[in-house]
Amino acid sequence: MSARKTLLSWPVVRQLTGTDPLGRGAAAQSQKTRDWTARTETADRVVQSVCPYCAVGCGQRVYVKDEKVIQIEGDPDSPVSRGRLCPKGSASEQLVNAPGRQRYMLYRRPHGTDWERIDLETATDMVADRVVASRAAQWQDVDQEGHALRRTMGIAALGGATLDNEENYLIKKLFTAMGAIQIENQARI
Amino acid sequence: MKNSLFGPLDPAPDAGWTDAPARKGFLTDTSICIGCKACEVACKEWNAIPADWSEGLTGDSYDNTSALGANTWRHVAFIEQPAAPPAPPPVDLGMPTLRPADEAAAPDGAGSQDGNKPDFRWLMSSDVCKHCTHAACLDVCPTGSLFRSEFGTVVVQDDICNGCGYCVPACPYGVIERRNGPEDAKNVGIAQKCTLCYDRLEAGNTPACAQACPTQSIQFGDVDELRERGRARVEQLQAQGVEGARLYGDDPNDGVGGTGSIFLLLDEPEVYGMPPDPVVTTRDLPDMFRKAGMAALSLAAGAALSFLGGRR
Amino acid sequence: MAECHPVGFQWVMEAKARGARVIHVDPRFTRTSAMADQHVPLRAGSDIVFLGAIINYVLTNELYFHDYVLSYTNAATLVSEDFRDVDDLDGVFSGYDPQSGSYDPTSWAYEDVAEPAAAGTDRQAPAEHEESAGHATGSQGASEEGAAHVHRDETLQHPRCVLQILKRHYSRYTPEMVERMCGVSQEDFLAVCEAVTANSGRDRTTAFVYSVGWTQHTVGVQYIRGAAILQLLLGNMGRPGGGILALRGHASIQGSTDIPTLFDILPGYLPMPKAGNSDTLEDYLGRISTSSQKGFWSDARSYAVSLLKAWWGEKATADNDFCYDYLPALTGDHGTYQTVMDMIAEKVEGYFLLGQNPAVGSAHGRMQRLGMSHLKWLVVRDFNLIESATFWKEGPEIATGEMRTEDIGTEVFFFPAASHVEKDGTFTQTQRMLQWHHQAVEPPGDCRSELDFFYLLGQKVRERLADSTDERDRPLLDLTWDYDREDGRPGASADAVLREINGWELTGPDHNERGDMLSSFTQMKPDGTTAGGCWIYTGVYADGINHSASKKPGSEQSWVALEWGWSWPANRRILYNRASADPDGKPWSERKAYVWWDEEAGSWTGHDVPDFPKTKAPSFRPEPGTPGPAGLAGDDPFIMQADGKGWLYVPKGLLDGPLPAHYEPQESPVRNPFYSQQSNPTRQVFKRKDNLSNPSAGAPGSDVFPYVFTTYRLTEHHTAGGMSRWSGYLAELQPEFFCEVSPELARERGLDNGGWATIITARTAIEARVLVTDRITPLTVEGKRIHQIGLPYHWGVGGGGALVSGDSANDLLGVTLDPNVHIQESKASSCDIQPGRRPTGPALLRLVDTYRSRAGITVETSNTLRGEA
Repeated sequence: MSARKTLLSWPVVRQLTGTDPLGRGAAAQSQKTRDWTARTETADRVVQSVCPYCAVGCGQRVYVKDEKVIQIEGDPDSPVSRGRLCPKGSASEQLVNAPGRQRYMLYRRPHGTDWERIDLETATDMVADRVVASRAAQWQDVDQEGHALRRTMGIAALGGATLDNEENYLIKKLFTAMGAIQIENQARI
Repeated sequence: MKNSLFGPLDPAPDAGWTDAPARKGFLTDTSICIGCKACEVACKEWNAIPADWSEGLTGDSYDNTSALGANTWRHVAFIEQPAAPPAPPPVDLGMPTLRPADEAAAPDGAGSQDGNKPDFRWLMSSDVCKHCTHAACLDVCPTGSLFRSEFGTVVVQDDICNGCGYCVPACPYGVIERRNGPEDAKNVGIAQKCTLCYDRLEAGNTPACAQACPTQSIQFGDVDELRERGRARVEQLQAQGVEGARLYGDDPNDGVGGTGSIFLLLDEPEVYGMPPDPVVTTRDLPDMFRKAGMAALSLAAGAALSFLGGRR
Repeated sequence: MAECHPVGFQWVMEAKARGARVIHVDPRFTRTSAMADQHVPLRAGSDIVFLGAIINYVLTNELYFHDYVLSYTNAATLVSEDFRDVDDLDGVFSGYDPQSGSYDPTSWAYEDVAEPAAAGTDRQAPAEHEESAGHATGSQGASEEGAAHVHRDETLQHPRCVLQILKRHYSRYTPEMVERMCGVSQEDFLAVCEAVTANSGRDRTTAFVYSVGWTQHTVGVQYIRGAAILQLLLGNMGRPGGGILALRGHASIQGSTDIPTLFDILPGYLPMPKAGNSDTLEDYLGRISTSSQKGFWSDARSYAVSLLKAWWGEKATADNDFCYDYLPALTGDHGTYQTVMDMIAEKVEGYFLLGQNPAVGSAHGRMQRLGMSHLKWLVVRDFNLIESATFWKEGPEIATGEMRTEDIGTEVFFFPAASHVEKDGTFTQTQRMLQWHHQAVEPPGDCRSELDFFYLLGQKVRERLADSTDERDRPLLDLTWDYDREDGRPGASADAVLREINGWELTGPDHNERGDMLSSFTQMKPDGTTAGGCWIYTGVYADGINHSASKKPGSEQSWVALEWGWSWPANRRILYNRASADPDGKPWSERKAYVWWDEEAGSWTGHDVPDFPKTKAPSFRPEPGTPGPAGLAGDDPFIMQADGKGWLYVPKGLLDGPLPAHYEPQESPVRNPFYSQQSNPTRQVFKRKDNLSNPSAGAPGSDVFPYVFTTYRLTEHHTAGGMSRWSGYLAELQPEFFCEVSPELARERGLDNGGWATIITARTAIEARVLVTDRITPLTVEGKRIHQIGLPYHWGVGGGGALVSGDSANDLLGVTLDPNVHIQESKASSCDIQPGRRPTGPALLRLVDTYRSRAGITVETSNTLRGEA
């Protein structure tokens, strides 16, 4: 920066030479303030989403920079919500980025007194082993009168109802094929 | 310049902005506020303001953030207005009565179905920095941290603020405050308040609170137009029998020259915790300023000369 | 609505600005009440009295919408001579079996209808409530033999026509009764009646909006039925601004029943097979619809076969009934509460919790935690270490000494979940609209979506059984399970799953190759030449385009916004919208024009997609007895009903009666004044030492629990808190559990605002901070002062890293269920309240024991179904 430029940007000089002799407006603006840009303006992309809290189904715009969500706000295009969000919807960014969010697999062994870290793949294998074993252990072919049951009573599930339809579909399909009938969700709680 | 610290004016041009856009502000229509606090959260989320849940329940209706402050730039007040107290039971003068004794003795109105109708009100109102036409916080700021933006709003520059705190008592509304926690928060010690989302305005966007507001209780726009809209709404409400409906902050002749954030209230401002007749604390400053002016100017000129000399 | 659905409430505020009258009926004065023109506080659990009295007002004053009622409802239909109402039988309908506590609905049928052969004998273990009729027979599809040719009295005067039955049934539901039972003044009640009737008819409509305040009762389904009767009488169904709108609390709770993670239904409300009466595909289909009924359920074979083809692909052939026998069969209630009791009995070994926190969110938290402590293994998939993941470590029963961490053998797997922005997929919002949300970023660390997790789990389970020759493993091994992402990233493609849900033509020599995507469920075939996973969703991928991802800005399209998202069925935004036009197909009024018959074009048209066969003229009359969609007359708007009409009276399909009748909650401080039958005689009770009930009015000990409490949610939190108590911005807004009490109750019990109170039931005692508020109004019911206590249920104890915690309101609740849908009664129960904090450790158990013995509680208390108290 040249001396002249430095001088001219010096607030007192700006104040004395500009339109803001009291130094309360244009002249008082710092470089940082002049450079201050809404983070939505510098996002790499904006993705349309839907609020995950209640079932009104408000539209959300998700702003992403460097593969991180930097802002979630209402989508004005949505005829449901017209860009508005409630406090929970407005806190969605924190739902995604909360420092306390669990990001790693945890395991509590039988009778254990604390959590242990465990590899995700290992855990998934362990669950698959247990599903196979419990399914077999509590298998029922027929009822007392000989009617076909073809089911297991060893495995149950309770879902929240914030899962996607596609997820529910795979869950119901897999459970039904396994013969696991005890499956419920928030819809009946 | 005579009027710069008092009376009606358009603050952005007065602060040296040429080609300033129309002054921007809020109209907060409390008659349609549902108290959801989306404004509080949207504000915090956009401005990365720290949360603090350590105080626990206040016991003050559904208000647990209590007041505007360094960490609460939007604050929703909840006012439970009890029904008018039941008429006191007639004093028993020992005179003969025509009413059966059991009716006369009904305690607390308990036997009457009127007791089932709470004709009280639950008022809700989202408060925010007023962005005064004459902003005492700005006028007393010795560092130039507080400045008047081209939108006519008052904004703190955290890179300039030295935490002197002069602005805090200067505000007639008790809005601005230095942040004193939580510990890991940024800008501790620095004065904090609503910027009317200066960065969003620069990008042509609506402030976060107004955009989130589900019922359009918080409306953002040109102050002139918002004042008109507010007046029309007051007339409409009064015609509907809402006698207490009034505007707050819309009068350019009031003690702060009118505010950029105006409010439609359903009762006296005090009910909402707002001062009834705020006056800019620097009202008498121009006089003092003129006297101090010459000295200040010569000091500044000296400083400029030494600067130039130093670079040579 | 303002509390729990603030953004949806903008439309109520907009309607209000245009002159709509807003009435809020709720025990508490809430944010919604603050905006309403009228708030009507009523006693929790008395809504059928309130609704029934409005019905009576409408009928007595002849304020029903005559033309609509006559043409579009079953008001004129004659009912069997055998039917007896509750007033004839002291509180039960005809067909009640006191041994089983259930009904044989044969006598409820329409007149002259041949009795279904199996009726009354299709229950096996009579002591159990086995069938959840509402869902198990399809959403609206209770089959009704012969309903296509019913007997009608067009004058509506026949004593056995539905309208006259209604009149008699509700004649005792008077304004005086409302005052006595609901605690609502006659003046306030009549103001509601006048507003509702003045705003219904040709030119105006009234909408009813409800949430779990109506469903979480032992008569929950009948609450909704009460509103349905009223709305049909007033002509408010199928019309803009009308309807009965369920506001649902989870993002895709509608989707979770459409594509159910529920035990008794398959996608699209097809029932799960039941052992004994649906052993073959033919038997199964016979349960859904009969060969003679009208409407679209008669095509159930097409929907079911398409589903089987989607699941078992080329293995499903006409010769093997399309692998129908691969489906497991039910033998009764396998709902979540029954399952938890089966955990305690150690019948269940493994449990998946998928974004759900039953330790806090389900009734009777102790039973939930106890159940989990008996599991061999537990999978919790969530964002945070919710209380259901940590019960073994820091749950309330650890504090009381009832459980010891070291004794609990449950192996717990905590899988971190992906958030909505970390996956593609659709939510179905509360008005049946599917909205696609695009993935924005990859999930962090070990976080995965349910889609990826279950796809992988399915692969791993199949790998483990790959060499099996056991017949029981065929359904798994023959399952179509191929959803790889096209871009090669690991995990499943939500798009591929949605395509399967929509369905496609099957082409090629053996009809096993994928053809075009189906555009409508009417294209589904019964012969195995189409596949589709959920018939009501067919059309979401019409023409190979994902319509759930339609996002044309609302400002650039009509107010119905057909190009934003996609609503089932067939993108119709208002169900049964044929009823928005008169029998001749003309709008009832210009003001309420929505869908109408275009005579020149020979088709239905309007603002919405017509919910009716598009070219069926209003004047069309089928040959009598014609079944299926072809049997629908041009003035049969309720196209899923067996007779094409809206059902004021339900001849079949509900387990607790054809008409809503008032019953008191399981725990109530008030006697039922209508008959000696206090509570729903078919409610589902569980007589267990770990599920005791408080005595109701009239029984000894009921005065030990003199107050009513009701649970609810706050704007600032989300259900059991898993998505809000870990968020600082939400936690600080409502940092602590509290109870809301009236100033009068506060005086009575010595409670201070901001202080502590202990609330006690037969299950447990919890502590809460006290808010003393005029928003809670004591009511006078049967001359007695009734105090209600409000308890938001968002908090729990022991969650890992929760920013705020506290006792859980749901711990107070017992488990007593609605017989139709197995939903617990959590909106009206009784309790005591005392100032101060609760005892800790074993002293807490002693306190509860003291209350139990003072009230003389046994497992029988309040649990006798018939002739109690």
